[in-house]
Amino acid sequence: MDIKNLTIISALEDLRSKKITAVDLVEACLENIRKHNQDYNVLLTVEDDDKLIKQAREADATDHSSPLSGIPIVVKDMFSTKNLRTTAASKVLENYTPKYESTVTRKLKEAGAIIIGKANQDAWAHGATGENSDFEPTRNAIGTDTGGSIRVPASYNNLVGLKPTYGRVSRYGVVAMASSLDTMAHVTKNVTDSAHILNITAGADPYDATSIKTDPEDYLKSLTREDLKGVKIGLSPDFKMATLDKKLVKKIDESLKLFEKLGGKIIEVPLPHTPESVETYYILVPSEISSNLARYDGIRYGNGRSHFGAEAKRRIMIGTYSLSSGYYDAYYKAAQKVRTLIIKDFTSAFEHVDVIFAPVAPVLPYKIGEKVNDPLTLYLMDIYTSPVNLSGLPSLALPAGFVDDLPVGIQIIGPPLSESRLFSIGNAYEKQ
Amino acid sequence: MNTYQPIIGLEVHVELATKSKMFCGCPAEHFGIEPNTHTCPVCLGLPGALPVPNRKAVEWTILLGLALGCQINEHSKFDRKNYFYPDLPKGYQISQYEEPLAINGSLEIRNSKSEIRNIRIRRVHLEEDTGKLQHTTVNGKDISLADFNRSGVPLVEIVTEPDFRSVDEVDQYLKKLQKIVRYLGISGTDMEKGSMRLEPSISIAQIAKHSRSYKHGKDFEHKLPDYRVELKNINSFRFARKALEYEIQRQTEILEKGETPTQQTRGWSEAKNATIPQREKEGESDYRYFPEPDIPPLRISNEQLAIINKQIPELPDAKSTRFQKEFSLTEHTSNLLAEDKSVADYFEEAVKNSLAASPSPLTPIIDVANWIINKKIDINQTLPAELIQQILRSKQSSQIDESELEKIIVQVFAENPKAVEDYKKGKLQVVGYLIGVCLKKGNFHQAQIKEAVEKKLRNV
Repeated sequence: MDIKNLTIISALEDLRSKKITAVDLVEACLENIRKHNQDYNVLLTVEDDDKLIKQAREADATDHSSPLSGIPIVVKDMFSTKNLRTTAASKVLENYTPKYESTVTRKLKEAGAIIIGKANQDAWAHGATGENSDFEPTRNAIGTDTGGSIRVPASYNNLVGLKPTYGRVSRYGVVAMASSLDTMAHVTKNVTDSAHILNITAGADPYDATSIKTDPEDYLKSLTREDLKGVKIGLSPDFKMATLDKKLVKKIDESLKLFEKLGGKIIEVPLPHTPESVETYYILVPSEISSNLARYDGIRYGNGRSHFGAEAKRRIMIGTYSLSSGYYDAYYKAAQKVRTLIIKDFTSAFEHVDVIFAPVAPVLPYKIGEKVNDPLTLYLMDIYTSPVNLSGLPSLALPAGFVDDLPVGIQIIGPPLSESRLFSIGNAYEKQ
Repeated sequence: MNTYQPIIGLEVHVELATKSKMFCGCPAEHFGIEPNTHTCPVCLGLPGALPVPNRKAVEWTILLGLALGCQINEHSKFDRKNYFYPDLPKGYQISQYEEPLAINGSLEIRNSKSEIRNIRIRRVHLEEDTGKLQHTTVNGKDISLADFNRSGVPLVEIVTEPDFRSVDEVDQYLKKLQKIVRYLGISGTDMEKGSMRLEPSISIAQIAKHSRSYKHGKDFEHKLPDYRVELKNINSFRFARKALEYEIQRQTEILEKGETPTQQTRGWSEAKNATIPQREKEGESDYRYFPEPDIPPLRISNEQLAIINKQIPELPDAKSTRFQKEFSLTEHTSNLLAEDKSVADYFEEAVKNSLAASPSPLTPIIDVANWIINKKIDINQTLPAELIQQILRSKQSSQIDESELEKIIVQVFAENPKAVEDYKKGKLQVVGYLIGVCLKKGNFHQAQIKEAVEKKLRNV
């Protein structure tokens, strides 16, 4: 069975009309894993075959009316999955099996999803490329978006990635990277699936004090737009387009033209503090990381602090330094102030436009190892994504076509809780 | 010649008696509970677990702040205090640094010279307790066991300015603070169970003779000694006294030699009856405080404050003053009654009961007070109304007794005519003999008999 062309919605239709079974889906996934996981190293942990088949049979015994009934899903290895090993792709947690379930995976399971396994990632999600895994480099990634870790992989794989508003989806049970930026995000094949997943994951959580109390919308209801008439699309000259790879400029422009063709009006908006985003991000994020990784002190979880990889150590050092007395004001506090200015930039911009258009990554996908020894260039990968995380805004990454046979992505950024708007615009764009 | 002035400040930790812990739903009770049974992903600091603040604990901290005359910060937040220790599962403690819930309060005490002293309270903040380590031997091996039942229990820290000038003042403050916390009903403040913990810091200022004596206040601050000794491991008010007295002696001796005591942390050793050095402190530890990103900042509205303010009961001082006014009791008696809120309530209930019998009260208020204080009435066993009846009965019985006593004395005098005669002749020592004989004949107080016998003899 070929599952490559199935979306969540189409698979559900086929399951409900009994064209396929959940067992078919699970077996196809397991077959793919057997064939390819050794080469691509997508999954760090795969759930036991028998358990998966049993779950699929149970789903098949129902009428598949649950919103994700029998749908195989892979979650990034940051999510605590009860009784299923969770390593955050770090050797420190090599042997850690959680005794509790994250809110997101609980909701997915309750919706009928079958969690096939845990996806590889950068260790502790430190990076946008997946090369910082303590295990083996990742060729594909899916889970949390702190500085772009969902949108970049989505773009590099010609997929749709949604980073919701900070607090829209619960962080409970997800290994923390930078708590004030971490967002539970997802990669799907199209906008409809993305809206469908958010319908399941979004909502207030009594276990997460930073989750947003406002009730989520029915995001599938937002997918009605055929054109973009009357939509004001912001474009910022400050968004450091200069760092963009020249090869990408043409493709990004084409995509912008498409928005115009659909009736969207392009309006220039200033975002004067966004050029400082990467610097701000790389002070605040390591600061929070240095504290969040303190619990792995060698007393619990088996492996000690010597098992941290190079990137984790680098970030712990930078963060510890930034928070130390005598440096706190010059680094952490200064960065917090810039963060406030960046937030204000966006708030002002959204007084004039509905969404803001930007590339996702400044360069084309590159070969594994090509840049891993150049952390500063790697940090610049976050140039278009990190200001969005610093501001807690939602952003939808969409495929924009190919350059040199490599996928390119764009993102549309909205004001807080504007996920419906992003889906509706994204849906109209996707149809073209 | 120099004189020496102790300068003492206090940090007091009080564990709140909330049902659940500070940031999770686990029961906050931990004393005598089987280890690691009151735990969950949050208080074990498991990967991905998040803290959600306990509303009651926040309210109670504000309540204490208000009772201590503090200003309540409209904007407050939690911070992370980063340090490694095996009883700290997250590698940081969630505490309050920059914006504590309450600041700038004060507590008035009266020292042994009967001077009123105002002890300034710098801050009252809320944090989480750590787990507990137990160093023990298992199968001949020295090991440390960790119990996380206490991890995440709400803990309030009350920090004073260095305003104490004697050990006695510290003692008065601690007793008063404990009384207030108990009145508020927010903690058992049981030193033995560790629900109240003390950390005094002490240094000694040298004052050249004839210079104006040291008084606390702003003009004094910049003259504080440039060292400070922190005292830990103090498990009772008595140990606090002993440790401080020991330190005054020790530091004075060092100063007299012309040296400066080392800045350090010392612990009280009951076995050695001395403080012993725990660790040297080069400067302040760097805890790399930063705002706790997992908890949104707190905003305390005026409406919330007003509601909490209404929950403050009449506090011990006010109660004692009212007792003096309303019931014409002495300050001493009123203070004794106000010592414990349940005793004070009991007293008032009994008085009400007595006064209810119009037109005249059943028994004088002073009798009720004296009975409660002197006879150590078990207020949980005797109802207030019952107490009044007891007092009444005892009065009646003592009246009956008087006539009984009269009969006995007449009888004894008749049986001992010689002794009576001797008394008449001026041999006063026979009084003792007659009292002794009477004592054997009935169950009376010696004083009561003495008075009656002497009266009778005068009239013979």
